[in-house]
Amino acid sequence: MEKVLTTSDLTGERIEKYLSEGKRFDGRKLNEFREIFIETGISNKAEGSVRVKIGNTEVLVGVKMNVSEPYPDSPDKGNLMVTAELLPLSSPRFELGPPKFDAIEIGRVIDRGIRESKVIELEKLCIKEGEKVWTVFIDIYSINDDGNLLDAAGIGAIAALKNARMPKYDEVNDKVLYGELSDKKIPLSKNIPFPITIYKIGKSLLVDPTREEEDIGKTRVTIGSSEEVISSMQKGYSEPVTIEEMHEILELAEKTWKELFLKIGKYLK
Amino acid sequence: MAEENKREIVIPGEIIVKGEDYLPGDGTEKRGDEVVALRYGLSEESNKLVKIIPLSGVYHPRRGNVVIGKVDNINFNGWMIDINSAENAFLSIMEVPRYVNKDALEEVMKIGDMAIAKIWNINKRGIDLSIKLRGLGKIDEGIIVKVNPNKVPRVIGKEGSMIKLIKDKTGCNITVGQNGLIWIKGDKIDDELFAKKAIQFVADRSFISGLTDALTKWFDEEKK
Amino acid sequence: MAKEFKRADGRKTTELRPVKAKVGIVPNADGSAMFSSGDTIAIAAVYGPKKMHPQHQQNPEKGTLRCTYSMISFSVSDRIKPGPSRRSMEISKITEWALEPALMLEEYPNMVVDVHINIIQADAGTRCAGINAAAMALAHAGIPMKSMVSSVSVGKLDKQLVVDINKDEEDWEEGEGATDIPISMTDDGKITHFQLDGKITTKQVKEAIELAREACKEIYEIQKKALKESLGE
Repeated sequence: MEKVLTTSDLTGERIEKYLSEGKRFDGRKLNEFREIFIETGISNKAEGSVRVKIGNTEVLVGVKMNVSEPYPDSPDKGNLMVTAELLPLSSPRFELGPPKFDAIEIGRVIDRGIRESKVIELEKLCIKEGEKVWTVFIDIYSINDDGNLLDAAGIGAIAALKNARMPKYDEVNDKVLYGELSDKKIPLSKNIPFPITIYKIGKSLLVDPTREEEDIGKTRVTIGSSEEVISSMQKGYSEPVTIEEMHEILELAEKTWKELFLKIGKYLK
Repeated sequence: MAEENKREIVIPGEIIVKGEDYLPGDGTEKRGDEVVALRYGLSEESNKLVKIIPLSGVYHPRRGNVVIGKVDNINFNGWMIDINSAENAFLSIMEVPRYVNKDALEEVMKIGDMAIAKIWNINKRGIDLSIKLRGLGKIDEGIIVKVNPNKVPRVIGKEGSMIKLIKDKTGCNITVGQNGLIWIKGDKIDDELFAKKAIQFVADRSFISGLTDALTKWFDEEKK
Repeated sequence: MAKEFKRADGRKTTELRPVKAKVGIVPNADGSAMFSSGDTIAIAAVYGPKKMHPQHQQNPEKGTLRCTYSMISFSVSDRIKPGPSRRSMEISKITEWALEPALMLEEYPNMVVDVHINIIQADAGTRCAGINAAAMALAHAGIPMKSMVSSVSVGKLDKQLVVDINKDEEDWEEGEGATDIPISMTDDGKITHFQLDGKITTKQVKEAIELAREACKEIYEIQKKALKESLGE
């Protein structure tokens, strides 16, 4: 039933033509993001939580921490786990059940972006080597899907991390005292990694598509970076890109990251 | 107008009016001498008949409705068309104005194409569509806009006055499907987007009176 | 009369926590709402009526209401692993039973109305907040309904009945401990959902129902106001 509500080929042709003239239906430029709104402290039970709205797209991201054994191959490092859920509440296209590919991809791409950027100083999350380390959970939930959930999720993840505070830990009784946040933030380095996903429609490259635009995107490349240092990349969908296009994509991503950072940087420090 | 003053947003279960001589219309029921709302919407009373104008809700297909849909699937007999209703809608090759070879259905319309059709029958099996009349058939180019089906009467306006205003001011051809899908075709994409904006303006204010004046004013401002 | 019972947050025994309600918070949905009671926040979205899948679950006589209730991982202190739990499945069913009597789904045979409830922040009374949000979302979606449904949790702390218990009160340990009674009612006072955990006499259960009736009337006014103020969304 929802198939008629996906972008028709008809409208798709118009969108593509308009893009080739450098214009978009909502009046934005191709390298322009919709208005971004970031609110912190969404759940007082989380160690850190944010709401990110990009246009009508909305996600909630929360950080929770617990103490457990380290992984055998990193006995002196804390753990990171990133999960994303595309809630059925947020779109007629999402169903209840185990995560489908889209949710899994978002979780994994954001995970790699955070992990490879080393923004979390995992060595500082070791309590007792080989026995006890902190695990940082980043949980992402979609609340309304109007395109570009990936970037919204990535911005939310770093904002939630920067906003979070460590809970108190009672070493004697091995208990995390939830609800009693310390003054300490999670040990983070100064970089601020978040993804920018570039979409290709026809021959045009654009950022931050609405649902209507994302429906007709034939290929996309997500670049997770902080300032000019790239820590992760992922190309999605089936259409190939030329080397030249990849250069353009990289340049567009770098430029857009800087512009976006000017707008939202204050939430991410 | 006196009747329009009696419009009020009501919620399910709410008593709209009390009185023996009031009659319960669409979306209401009489309990004793009270007319009670059974839906969220605008209550309207005229000549003692009380009804609800819905502000939300899905499309209820009716015979005779002109609708816009997307070809979902093709079988040897015709095209399955998705018109955003719970029931499946089907366009048989018998309901096409010219002869169609059973092997050539795709040449008339393929999966993903948009079409304007008329509902000529609804039965247990589903909805039967026809494109035999003028103005119906495959849509070649333009943009498709969606509004909630309950706002369609407002977008069309009394005797088509609202949609005529939009067509005149934007220079576009516009077909409004009763199922909430609207086809806009203009000389330039800018004109089509202008018409889309106007339609959105009306849909967002579907509950107010004096909307035609408000829209005229809006057009004057936009044209500056 | 015995001296006024003191609640930790200063409320009177019959006083609700501060309530916030808003409609239209999920643009994609056919109807949606947020309902918060103190620190408990619930959001609900409705999709439908639409064709019911799988086909064997279709009811040819009337539409089916299908509710899902789920708490997000960071809504509570101890992170909840994503995925359904027995508790969330039970509450999903309870929610269906609470809302169904008010709905008129005869005109939607073989169709389903999906209601998704998510708890964003939990401080007791989550199922009640969920039902309150869901009822608003159903109305917002234009589903035909005979009445609204409102829900509240009445508690007994030792021997004292109180309305709308929070988490601290849920964990009350003095005397007879805490008894928790979540109740849902239609706006004309019919009970559509009733649960009880604890230790209580019949007389006090009847009193609790009275208290719930009054509290539900208050909640109904708030739900009504939110729906009336939702224009343009």
